[in-house]
Amino acid sequence: MSLAHRIIPCLDTDGERVVKGVNFVGLRDAGDPVALAARYNAEGADELVVLDIAASRDRRPTFLETIRRVAAELAIPLTAGGGIRTLEDGRAVVRAGADKVTVNTAAAERPELISELSREFGAQAVVVAIDAKRAGDHWDVMVRGGRESASLDAIEWARMAVARGAGEILLTSVDRDGTQSGFDVALTAAISRALTVPVIASGGAKSPDHFAEIFQQGAADAALAASIFHDELQSIRTLKEFLAARGVAVRLPC
Amino acid sequence: MKVTILDYGAGNVPSVERALQRLGAESHRTDSPECISKAEALLLPGVGHYAALIRALDEKKLRAPLVDAIRRGIPFLGICLGLQVLFKLSEEAGQLQGLNLLPGIVSALPPTVKLPHMGWNQVVKKRESSLLAGIGAGAYFYFAHSYAALDSNGAAAATCSHGTEFTAVIEQRNIYAVQFHPEKSGDSGARVLRNFLRRAA
Repeated sequence: MSLAHRIIPCLDTDGERVVKGVNFVGLRDAGDPVALAARYNAEGADELVVLDIAASRDRRPTFLETIRRVAAELAIPLTAGGGIRTLEDGRAVVRAGADKVTVNTAAAERPELISELSREFGAQAVVVAIDAKRAGDHWDVMVRGGRESASLDAIEWARMAVARGAGEILLTSVDRDGTQSGFDVALTAAISRALTVPVIASGGAKSPDHFAEIFQQGAADAALAASIFHDELQSIRTLKEFLAARGVAVRLPC
Repeated sequence: MKVTILDYGAGNVPSVERALQRLGAESHRTDSPECISKAEALLLPGVGHYAALIRALDEKKLRAPLVDAIRRGIPFLGICLGLQVLFKLSEEAGQLQGLNLLPGIVSALPPTVKLPHMGWNQVVKKRESSLLAGIGAGAYFYFAHSYAALDSNGAAAATCSHGTEFTAVIEQRNIYAVQFHPEKSGDSGARVLRNFLRRAA
């Protein structure tokens, strides 16, 4: 008996529709977030993440409405984020039905945001997203959708984020994101072993082997993926059956 | 029967409401002492900090009507922090007094494991449990907490383990409480809520 490794589908949205594209270029429509959320909830997803990758101020009410509609479909936890800059932004997504708030660029620029959210909602509701890119013998923190370096060491920043009240780290490998060549095992293991909180690995997933590897060698507590689930290249149910057969503790849908 | 949900201004009230709605149960949220006194069944959801919940109950003058209703035998379901505040004290909140309806204290989970204890875990029945009726032994529930009642002095109907064994389900007379989030625990969570509704009816 132990804590199950979590499988988390991620819906990148333009506020209203699920979109996909590499490095925010050539975005194309990948479906209705509400329909996808219902499907993943039924298929045995352990949580769901919804991001507003456009994160423009004018579209915020649309995104909040999307959160409300997605939350209504779920009997599993929901994390929402994208463009969360203030405590008030965080409150808005929680009020709309998110259980956890994820912050990225704004937290790297103003780490107090993490403390503010953690004081109000508890550490279990604060997910700090870190986009990391290999730079010689370490990993750099990237911000603004992975385009700019924040001039922070990823392990140092992760430790600071936890000290500020992050209850979880959503770690994306910028090098692997969109490549479908597998999760970044070295990065994930380094961050996961340096931290006292759970780590969600993201970026590069394609095959069931990639998931087994990130749990068994990468010390990930959860793994996140988007397009392989949206495109039905991989069903969550068969992925979990595969992992269970490989000795990875997962919550099997009945 | 209508479930009265204590809304003290934090967290997951909408998800609890939706979960009850899916089961066809009527609920309404309140922060009024009068509504609590008149309630047929009470539900206290909880996320965040122990001290924040206790202070909110005191500021809104909900502590006395809540304790009184539970002592009168009104069916009560506490979720997560709503389980923890049933005890006298929590290590999360120093000397701040909890509801003191159950003997014992709430402690931090050991730092030998990743905290918060976040995700899906299994529970072990300690005795017959009406909340867990009809739920298989291998079922998973969603947890998100760093503190727990390590010893509930016999009130535990089921325990879970993360670094150490702790109370996962409490059943004592009309007091029901779960450390996990049934409203976020898929079908098995829905079953726990339905079992509570049956007991409360």
